[in-house]
Amino acid sequence: MPTVKGDGMRGLAVFISDIRNCKSKEAEIKRINKELANIRSKFKGDKTLDGYQKKKYVCKLLFIFLLGHDIDFGHMEAVNLLSSNKYTEKQIGYLFISVLVGASSDLMKLVIQSIKNDLVSRNPIHINLALHCMANVGSREMADSVGGDIPKLLTSGETIDSVKQIAGLTLLRLQRSSPEMIPLGEWTSRIIHLLNDQHMGVVTSATSLIEALVRKNPDEYKSCVSLAVSRLSRIVTASYTDLQDYTYYFVPAPWLSVKLLRLLQNYPPPEDPSVRTRLTECLETILNKAQEPPKSKKVQHSNAKNAVLFEAINLIIHMDSDPNLLVRACNQLGQFLQHKETNLRYLALESMCLLATSEFSHEAVKKHQDTVITALKTERDVSVRQRAVDLLYAMCDRSNAEEIVGEMLEYLESADYSIREEMVLKVAILAEKYAVDYTWYVDVILNLIRIAGDYVSEEVWYRVIQIVINRDDVQGYAAKTVFEALQAPACHENMVKVGGYILGEFGNLIAGDPRSSPLVQFQLLHSKYHLCSPNTRGLLLSTYIKFINLFPEIKASIQEILGSDNNLRNPDVELQQRCIEYLQLSTVASPDVLVGLHNITLLLFRSLAKLKKKKPTATAEGGEEKEKEPRTIPQAQVNNAEPSAPVPLQVSVGLPIGRSTARNRRLSVNLKMICSLMPPLPSFFFFFFLMKFEAYLFFYLTIIFLISRFFCKQNGVLFENDLLQIGIKAEYRQNLARVGVFFGNKTTFQFTNFTSNLVLPDSIKSGMYKNRGCILCKCFKIWCQSGQMQKLNLKLPVIISKFLEPAEMNSEAFFTRWKALSQPDQECQKIFKAQFPQDTEQVKQKVLGFGLSILQGIDPNPDNFVSSAILHTRNQQVGCLVRLEPNKQMQMYRLTIRSTKPEISKALGDLLETQF
Amino acid sequence: MMQFMLLFSRQGKLRLQKWFSAYPDRVKKKTTRELITLVLARKPKMCSFLEWKDLKIVYKRYASLYFCCAIERDDNELLTLETIHRYVELLDKYFGSVCELDIIFNFEKAYFMLDEFLLGGEVQETSKKNVLKAIAAQDLLQEQELEGSRGIMEDLSFFLTD
Repeated sequence: MPTVKGDGMRGLAVFISDIRNCKSKEAEIKRINKELANIRSKFKGDKTLDGYQKKKYVCKLLFIFLLGHDIDFGHMEAVNLLSSNKYTEKQIGYLFISVLVGASSDLMKLVIQSIKNDLVSRNPIHINLALHCMANVGSREMADSVGGDIPKLLTSGETIDSVKQIAGLTLLRLQRSSPEMIPLGEWTSRIIHLLNDQHMGVVTSATSLIEALVRKNPDEYKSCVSLAVSRLSRIVTASYTDLQDYTYYFVPAPWLSVKLLRLLQNYPPPEDPSVRTRLTECLETILNKAQEPPKSKKVQHSNAKNAVLFEAINLIIHMDSDPNLLVRACNQLGQFLQHKETNLRYLALESMCLLATSEFSHEAVKKHQDTVITALKTERDVSVRQRAVDLLYAMCDRSNAEEIVGEMLEYLESADYSIREEMVLKVAILAEKYAVDYTWYVDVILNLIRIAGDYVSEEVWYRVIQIVINRDDVQGYAAKTVFEALQAPACHENMVKVGGYILGEFGNLIAGDPRSSPLVQFQLLHSKYHLCSPNTRGLLLSTYIKFINLFPEIKASIQEILGSDNNLRNPDVELQQRCIEYLQLSTVASPDVLVGLHNITLLLFRSLAKLKKKKPTATAEGGEEKEKEPRTIPQAQVNNAEPSAPVPLQVSVGLPIGRSTARNRRLSVNLKMICSLMPPLPSFFFFFFLMKFEAYLFFYLTIIFLISRFFCKQNGVLFENDLLQIGIKAEYRQNLARVGVFFGNKTTFQFTNFTSNLVLPDSIKSGMYKNRGCILCKCFKIWCQSGQMQKLNLKLPVIISKFLEPAEMNSEAFFTRWKALSQPDQECQKIFKAQFPQDTEQVKQKVLGFGLSILQGIDPNPDNFVSSAILHTRNQQVGCLVRLEPNKQMQMYRLTIRSTKPEISKALGDLLETQF
Repeated sequence: MMQFMLLFSRQGKLRLQKWFSAYPDRVKKKTTRELITLVLARKPKMCSFLEWKDLKIVYKRYASLYFCCAIERDDNELLTLETIHRYVELLDKYFGSVCELDIIFNFEKAYFMLDEFLLGGEVQETSKKNVLKAIAAQDLLQEQELEGSRGIMEDLSFFLTD
């Protein structure tokens, strides 16, 4: 048994030895249970237990707890120890509380009482014990009941240094757990001046506290900047003998230096020129000292010195204002890139990532490109390689993109699985961001799929299709490349998907070459068909139907595949359905319809691409585009397409639609085709118009739909009965809208003769609302065969308010505009009774959902809502200001709307009135 | 700020744990298990830093013991290594060439030492002399209490003043 320090609780040492001598886990548990029983009986029965024994047993319990066992008694005895007048008993009591008693314990009240007693004891070692306990537990209750005394203790001239030190960090802990409990306003200046304290330990602890306070309230503590700079300056210019025991392996006060440098990162570069100069000098000195020959060979010396250096570089990067310092920092980090210490290489790569984002040092970072690439290839530790990847990504720009992407692709072949997915994404983003030549981009993405197909997410391969569709100049190249890639004996399913899309759209561009004739293309794709998942097979089937349109000469071969037993009786209902539908389509449909089918996919992808363009790195974000294939949302776009081009369901705003009567007919056809493209959803069967099954259907028309439900939301169920569910999914963007209509068959039968029709109101046809983006009404008729054709007329919830965009403005701007709209007809005021509970949060959600903003701080009454929005139409934008004032006693609302167009004020008023 | 510090043996036995923020017991146990496995699997020449959830882990091995600290994103890794080293130095000085057994048998001392050095996840006192002086004062009190001398505590404040 090793010697036990101090008084040596012999019983404890014996117990620990026993545990260590246990041969098995079971023996250990047995020994522990025996001890627990013993302690329990002592605590229960033995009234004469003295302080020493209590201390010993509490200590044993602590040890048992630290071995990983639960302790459910002894807490009270530990609390008793707190009021002992023996220091060691008190100390063990506090240790038990700190380690074992949670902040929520019932005993906390007693503990806090003991802490209070010790704090006023005027005995510094008892005060310190109490402070340690507060800093370890850090509960709100403590902050509330004793926290208020700490600032005084911290700043009083009578407190000795060791207590000040501990008080500083105790206050920090309490501030973190319950910042509002201890107001520090009156102490601010005195706390800041602790930076000037004689005692380095006090400054060390106070700097951490001040940094935490600065983060919450930078302005109040602004004066700490100059104090911190001068303190830092004194340290960095000190020789290592000056600071005596605060020098660590020849480095003067590294912990304090780092804390001060951290503190300064909360502020912009100092405004005062003298402070600023002094800070620059400090930073230069730190950079210089890092270059001096080491004063010791010990790793502690270099670690401490470089810890300060890295923190100084962090500050230089944070200020981002001194090109000279930034470039110097970069050069010094460059030396670390090949250092023998793995830790330094890791940190240098990490810091350089930040330097690469500064315009001043970006070029300097690029000089190290070769070293970083070598690191990527040769580092043995994956976490270092990961940093190298990050840095390559950060230093990439147009000038070196091709090389960096090339190197990353090469490395990807052997990269660790843990970082592959991230690398794939990074390569894809870089290739797109810096592509000058899109054939290069296509090559990169296809290579990605080839090398790491499993890690290529949908976002990545959707993106390449979107780009190819939108760029005429690469379509032929893409078709050729993907055709070649597909010839590999084993190619990834994602390659088949991309191939299916691109050849389906642009296969004709390479069909002239006999080596890639239509039939060869088709056979190549179909050779992969059986190896693919149902999802991909569905996609390939769509490609085949597109081929029928592109290459009528191979129609027979495709029909043969579509009509094969294997497909028509496929257990996968989606595939079966597609085959039947496509087969029928290919026999009955005119070329016109097929062209339409072709165009739908194109348009959908184009529009997705448009959304994407707004955020170039959207591949990283995914989200809304995570859709399967071209989706069901028909395009609604202001589209002056020539009448001959088939346009999928056009919901046009600001443009009279009914220009050609032929279009309506086509619309219904297109809508049906969209239905056939819908991806499978669980228990949702999308049906189609050419089914030949007999089914007996009844419609119980329970039309309980409330179009007003959609005023404040975009998606939902428009209509539902026992047989059918009709859902709406809509998206609005300024004056454009697209509205998707989903049909769900709730029966287990197929619907027959399902058709849908879109009827536009006369007002739109005649262009009456031409300038105002008013509303389309659509009706869908449904017939069913059993002599009982059903017809369902539904209104679509496309209303004027959907084209609102929330606007932000300050109080002054709001009232200026409000007053400017003072003509009586520009205002619409409604006073009405509340239909729903006047819950502020619910009302807020409704206002936001309606498309209005919530402007804070304009109306002094917090219950009132003040909003503004812009209504977008194609030709103009109309500003709208809204005030909604609930009166909770009367359960009434007063709604006031002002806008430049009287009819808009009124329309919005009518709509909003129904909502609250 | 340091979130927690763990000391464990090469066999994966936890020897000391210090949590600087409130964590539920369940999370403490899970975290400990995860990190012990993670750190023990690392090879000698590897980097001492690793990213773990939204924290950074800094670890170092001394003989049979691993010292493992979790710090926040913007904390200084190299300095954390030296924080560990300073703590080891303190233990070493106090126990006279410390070994794992010293920490097992005197776990409470190891805690007291840590409290004098780190508090609330921040370094409180970097001077080795000052920390050891505080601990020595505690030991002296302990001895005197053992000898049964009372009433001495009020006079002891001089040990803690500079």
